[in-house]
Amino acid sequence: MIAFLLAQTIAITGGTVYPVSGPKMDNATVLIRDGRIAAVGTNVAIPAGATRIDAAGKWVTPGLIDGAGNMGLREISAVQNTNEGTLRGNEVAAAFNVAEGINPASTLIPVTRIEGVTTTLAVPGGDLIWGQAVLIDLDGTTIEAMVAKSPVAIVADLSEGAKSAAGGSRAGVAQRLRRVFNDALEYSRRRTDYSRAQMQGLAASAADLEALLPVLRGQLPLMVVANRRSDIETALRIAREYKIRLILAGAAEGWQIADKIAAAGVPVLVQPMDNIPTYDALGVRYENAALLTKGGVKVSLLETQTENSRNLRQQAGNAVAYGMTWEQALRAVTLTPAETFGVADRYGSLEAGKVANVVVWTGDPFEFSTGVEHVFIRGKEIPLRSRQTELMERYRSLPPKY
Amino acid sequence: MRHLSAALLLAGLAAGCASAGARQTGATEPASQTAPAGRDSTSVDRAQYPSTYRRHPNPSVVIRNATIMTATGQEIQGGSILFREGRIVAVGATVEAPADAVVVDGTGKWVTPGVIDTHSHLGVYAAPGTWAESDGNEATNPVTAEVWAEHSFWPHDPQIPLAIAGGVTTIQALPGSANLIGGRSAVMKLVPGRTVQEMKFPGARYGLKMACGENPKRVYSSRGPSTRMGNMAGYRAAFIQAEQYRRRWDKWNKDHTGDAPQRDLRMESLAEVLRGNIFVQNHCYRADEMVQMLDLAHEFGFRIRSFHHAVEAYKIADILAREGAAVSIWADWWGFKEEAMDGIYENAALVQQAGGRAVIHSDDASGIQRLNQEAAKAMYHGRRAGIQITRDQALRWFTANPAWALGLDSIVGTLEPGKMADVVLWSADPLSVYARALQVYNDGWLVYDRNDPARQPKTDFSIGQQP
Repeated sequence: MIAFLLAQTIAITGGTVYPVSGPKMDNATVLIRDGRIAAVGTNVAIPAGATRIDAAGKWVTPGLIDGAGNMGLREISAVQNTNEGTLRGNEVAAAFNVAEGINPASTLIPVTRIEGVTTTLAVPGGDLIWGQAVLIDLDGTTIEAMVAKSPVAIVADLSEGAKSAAGGSRAGVAQRLRRVFNDALEYSRRRTDYSRAQMQGLAASAADLEALLPVLRGQLPLMVVANRRSDIETALRIAREYKIRLILAGAAEGWQIADKIAAAGVPVLVQPMDNIPTYDALGVRYENAALLTKGGVKVSLLETQTENSRNLRQQAGNAVAYGMTWEQALRAVTLTPAETFGVADRYGSLEAGKVANVVVWTGDPFEFSTGVEHVFIRGKEIPLRSRQTELMERYRSLPPKY
Repeated sequence: MRHLSAALLLAGLAAGCASAGARQTGATEPASQTAPAGRDSTSVDRAQYPSTYRRHPNPSVVIRNATIMTATGQEIQGGSILFREGRIVAVGATVEAPADAVVVDGTGKWVTPGVIDTHSHLGVYAAPGTWAESDGNEATNPVTAEVWAEHSFWPHDPQIPLAIAGGVTTIQALPGSANLIGGRSAVMKLVPGRTVQEMKFPGARYGLKMACGENPKRVYSSRGPSTRMGNMAGYRAAFIQAEQYRRRWDKWNKDHTGDAPQRDLRMESLAEVLRGNIFVQNHCYRADEMVQMLDLAHEFGFRIRSFHHAVEAYKIADILAREGAAVSIWADWWGFKEEAMDGIYENAALVQQAGGRAVIHSDDASGIQRLNQEAAKAMYHGRRAGIQITRDQALRWFTANPAWALGLDSIVGTLEPGKMADVVLWSADPLSVYARALQVYNDGWLVYDRNDPARQPKTDFSIGQQP
């Protein structure tokens, strides 16, 4: 049985295919074999014995990627026992990798994937340095089977949320972050002194400093939460000083300095429907994603509510309503996040060799009128069932029987 | 001011049976600011915080060649709508307009009634969201029926213009859900105003916010109630007291012998619920708890006008329809706490199918800007599950039905001659994700025009904040 599943070949035929990496193709075929995309095009030979999915009149896209939330790390946000995403008591939790907190049996996973989101970033929460974010596919009975990349980045906070970890001042936040980085570099140069206890106290544990070294060597990105324009500029400054590969998350006032962000080559993750002003970002506005894109920034779109990660497509639709082109928005929920998270060789587009995360829609994925017809994760067709669809069936006629 | 006649009728009804110092509950006339003369008059005889709302003057407007969704079952292609002096005059395929009417080209655009939200905390939990603006929960006692949301409402909440830009024309601003009985709601016209009184919807009844479940028992866990049975005992104790208070006042109002009973603001609000003059607006998630609350209402002889949040309404859609309680819900919020775990997309559709009155509400300063989108989500998911929801029904979820839940359905919520001219012009089908409100008319006044920065409300808060 397992051998059969692994060897399964599926041909999605006749649909309008949006590979994202190239122009859309009418009446095209997506061929899936052994969990990977084998071929995409209008002239694909379909092997005998392949399972055929008729997608005539349908739209075919890569599975959507949401670079936010706590999928798998949180069942019910208000119930602390079901939350695994934050390492309490460590403000510099660089070594905290969330992977082993993920619950493959979470009811949120089926709820999310049947709406076309196939891959999400499991992001830790915290104080100054939150930990290591992990990219997961929304299928699999074990953590190993779900993880697409670990770690994707170390997450740090330069927004007002981090101030409590630095004496209540933004300047304190920046200075504490630099102290941690400096100590990590110092630690890497003087491991022997450290093990002989011949060093002064360091700004974090050895494990956390060790974990930061790939960031300081430019091997692993630092994802920085920053919303106020000046905080974004601080993030860019620190990244320059330490030659860090930066990813900006939030970036509510990013539109004001799109040129600077673009010049630094820093990709940005934004939630397009954010526009409620706070003192962290009085300049927040609906047009942020569009203006950043226009300014040359690589933009990925987010839905940050874990339980409603499925609303990523509504976020994208609203980004279009407020100035992104449709093609830009589709890229911003597929290939661009794949590039930003360092997995574009395997994810984000419909191309031969890539992981077969594929969605067949009845129409434009961003429209409410559109339904999901088929979801494939790693080449496996996902039943369109969740706890919610089962509740609906149970109560479709009242009263329910058992 | 013609619409005021309808409003006054409502107010008159309210005043007719009110007594315990709440006679002016729905007072509309600025004239009532003048206190009754005479040495013997007391606070109970005087106007209780009346609305000073005045319609903003606007030329007559005719929108031509638009798709007009009336929320009365019609979707008129290439239709026109004429409104004058705050009132809808005509809607149809051919509408004659006076020469002085401003003509708006609606080609390729849609027109709907103004959006109404039964559940907002705008003004009481204002942006930028610090402690200083956190005025929504008087969490000092489980029963605070004496507090009125309008006394917290900040007219310069910068979230108000954002909601207006989303097509919202009327909201119910509610106290939060920390308390079993959180206080009176404020029904507001969403127009810029210097004062709360200038925004108060003339003639609107008050609502009374009640809350079930996790919130009150969490907030009061140390002093009680700390359980759901404690919650129930708390409501019952309050209404038992209110019954006595009502009897005492009703008797005195009848014979005026002896001293008037002492006013008690907490009891006044509850007595008005018992008299049917104030509508109960009940935050309640779980199906079993909603039915407990219906029993409570039966015990004391009041009605629950609308349940709010009600993520499990679909489990008891038949009972809710029979009881005539509206159901104010989200399209898809779920899972953020245990009592919200069973939320499903088809909730509104199943309530509708059972003959109930579904309302899409926001409870959120972001969501209020896109109630049309939320209704679309709920409609299309219902359809995919085989429940045939019409576009008109989905439109009513955020227009006519919330108007009913606030007791304003004779005044707003549909596009019919004689109704208040709360009208939204959309760039596209309002049930599409790409639609944006282009123009919003509130009581005939162009309160928002997306293409004219001079006609976009700004709060004092926002001034000078951006480079």
